[in-house]
Amino acid sequence: MAEFTLPKNSLVTEGKTFKAPAGATNIRRFEVYRWDPDSGKNPRLDIYELDMDSCGPMVLDALFKIKNEIDSTLTFRRSCREGVCGSCAMTINGRNTLACTKAINDYTDTVRIYPLPHMQVIKDLVPDLSHFFAQYASIKPWIETLTPPPADSERLQSREDRAKLDGLYDCIMCACCSTSCPSYWWNSERYLGPAVLLQAYRWLVDSRDENTGARLDELEDPFKLYRCHTIMNCTDTCPKGLNPAKAIAETKKLLLQRQQG
Amino acid sequence: MDYRSPIGKALGLGSAKAGTSHWWMQRITAVALIPLSFWVIKFFALTLNAPYQQTIAWLISPVNTLAIVAWVLAVFYHSALGLQVVIEDYVAAEGAKIISIWAVNLVFLFLALAALIAVFRIILIG
Repeated sequence: MAEFTLPKNSLVTEGKTFKAPAGATNIRRFEVYRWDPDSGKNPRLDIYELDMDSCGPMVLDALFKIKNEIDSTLTFRRSCREGVCGSCAMTINGRNTLACTKAINDYTDTVRIYPLPHMQVIKDLVPDLSHFFAQYASIKPWIETLTPPPADSERLQSREDRAKLDGLYDCIMCACCSTSCPSYWWNSERYLGPAVLLQAYRWLVDSRDENTGARLDELEDPFKLYRCHTIMNCTDTCPKGLNPAKAIAETKKLLLQRQQG
Repeated sequence: MDYRSPIGKALGLGSAKAGTSHWWMQRITAVALIPLSFWVIKFFALTLNAPYQQTIAWLISPVNTLAIVAWVLAVFYHSALGLQVVIEDYVAAEGAKIISIWAVNLVFLFLALAALIAVFRIILIG
């Protein structure tokens, strides 16, 4: 039946407090989720008071400041620090977003940082995304054709057809949307989730792809696709301003068109 | 320990190649229920306020019979489809899931039949 008990290591305990250096006037309080798999203990919420006069403007800068100057054991993913790689997705004050493009000054008070929700945690702010990326691979996110490529040119696409990919190709697979979706929380074993479904739609509408029917066959499933109940958390939280809910709705329309259109 | 590969788990049993009709019928019945509900509100108002003979006379009118029968079919079909989705969402154990879905389907089937029999008894016998 439905599970009503919390899984192991769900309860977050009180952690250590790191006070701001003496003389700091512009202090901001950061509360950061910490969990060390080797400790055998439950996760804890460490409190760091940072001197904002010597800290960069983004949440990721604060994490760097903590790791470099206060507590080098803090673990998080990051790479491009400009919203392109999708590595630093985390829950900041209850909302999934990218630490690198989120300004600290967007918040007025304490900044509370957790790993992406409802994922297995590897350490601190690093969630296990193996299943998420396996689901991405399962939709075959590459062009599939019967026609051999032209000998002397690329596969051409009209400007109008290219425009259909706008808002889809921009997805960086940061997993903010999928991990904000209650349907994905309850049924991620089978439900593909908004990020992967947006990518699936990106290949459905690519005019150069010649495998649309088989792609639709693979998606037509009560769990893979139809767990989407248009909750819209995905669109609400997307740090790139994309609309996965619309891509999913368009996919459902394609399936209906094939069946009844 | 689970040694299956991530892609093996993600592919799972594959696609059921179904679901569009279920999803679409839920929408169709939802839209159909909007106008049909006005008849049911009227019918409930009569059953609570009007004399028995007046209620019967209203129900025997062909348009009203049609609307009430259509409402009964749509509302129980819609309920069964909707509750199935709720069960699929929240019941994780496969056995319990299938048993609950079919229990719900059968309950709504019997409720629909009971409602239809009631309507036709009233129309035919009075």
